Amino acid sequence: MTETITATSGSHSEVEPGHPPTATGLSNEKVGMWAFLGSECLLFGALISTYLLFKGQSKPGTIVPKDVFDIPYTSVSSFVLLMSSLTMVLALAAIQRGDHRRTRVWILTTALLGASFVAGQCYEFTTFVREGMNLRVNLFGSSFFVLTGFHGAHVTIGVLMLLSLYSMSLRGKLPESKAETVELVGLYWHFVDIVWIVIFTLVYLIP
Amino acid sequence: MTDAAATTHEPGPVVKPSPAEGGTHHDHPSELEYVKIAAILAFITAAEVTVYYVKALKGVLAPILIVFSLIKFTMVVLWFMHLRFDSRLFRRLFVTGLGLATFVFTAVLTTFHVWTR
Repeated sequence: MTETITATSGSHSEVEPGHPPTATGLSNEKVGMWAFLGSECLLFGALISTYLLFKGQSKPGTIVPKDVFDIPYTSVSSFVLLMSSLTMVLALAAIQRGDHRRTRVWILTTALLGASFVAGQCYEFTTFVREGMNLRVNLFGSSFFVLTGFHGAHVTIGVLMLLSLYSMSLRGKLPESKAETVELVGLYWHFVDIVWIVIFTLVYLIP
Repeated sequence: MTDAAATTHEPGPVVKPSPAEGGTHHDHPSELEYVKIAAILAFITAAEVTVYYVKALKGVLAPILIVFSLIKFTMVVLWFMHLRFDSRLFRRLFVTGLGLATFVFTAVLTTFHVWTR
């Protein structure tokens, strides 16, 4: 059920069906997600700035970034996560036009790409540990693993949310009217991607 | 719903933002546009990695990489996260968090003389 409301500016807005009244006229869930993402900027800002603070301050003779980083390998991981943002937004476009089969395909693809990224990170971390870098070896090790570990945990949670969406869609519990649910998960997923864009540049690429 | 209710700040039905409120005439980009954005992001990522290996650019590597990452960050936020097409309130919420984080942690790093090491 829709109706047209004339806003104060004289332009026209369209009421979204199925939403209870809200103080802002916008979805509370979406406002909440954006507020949450704003707060996550502070979390990752703290972790990234800690890494930058400790950069180059480790005890001489202990392991440093250039000893362990494999830029080509991490570039591929970055590309995988970037493409998962594309598949996520395609999943949203699919459910908004009511194409449930495509929605499931793109959601599953996004989850698989995200899981590949996490698997790549796990492999990278085990390689680093084998080369003598761990949480306790020096400032570089502790700040790196905390930062990328937190990011990896966020990606993992995102993958679980995507698999939940996939399951809901399979059971017919994700109709077109619930496209906002996919949008909210998508916002979280894209945020995880943009955090990695910053981490890849500041941690891996900038010497 | 009457005009009187639309002009007050009382709770009301959820509305999509009109262009005057920060929304746009079209709701979302097409799938082809998303693919084009992704192609641009992939190209910029490749450029970042290429620049990393060019010895002649070592002196300006950090500014170039920061600019590239800012471009990618902005494109994902504006197009993939739909901030360009959504209500200004969402933009304000995100930019407030981002701006606060940038300001606070730049201040922290400046206090510890990170930039002049």
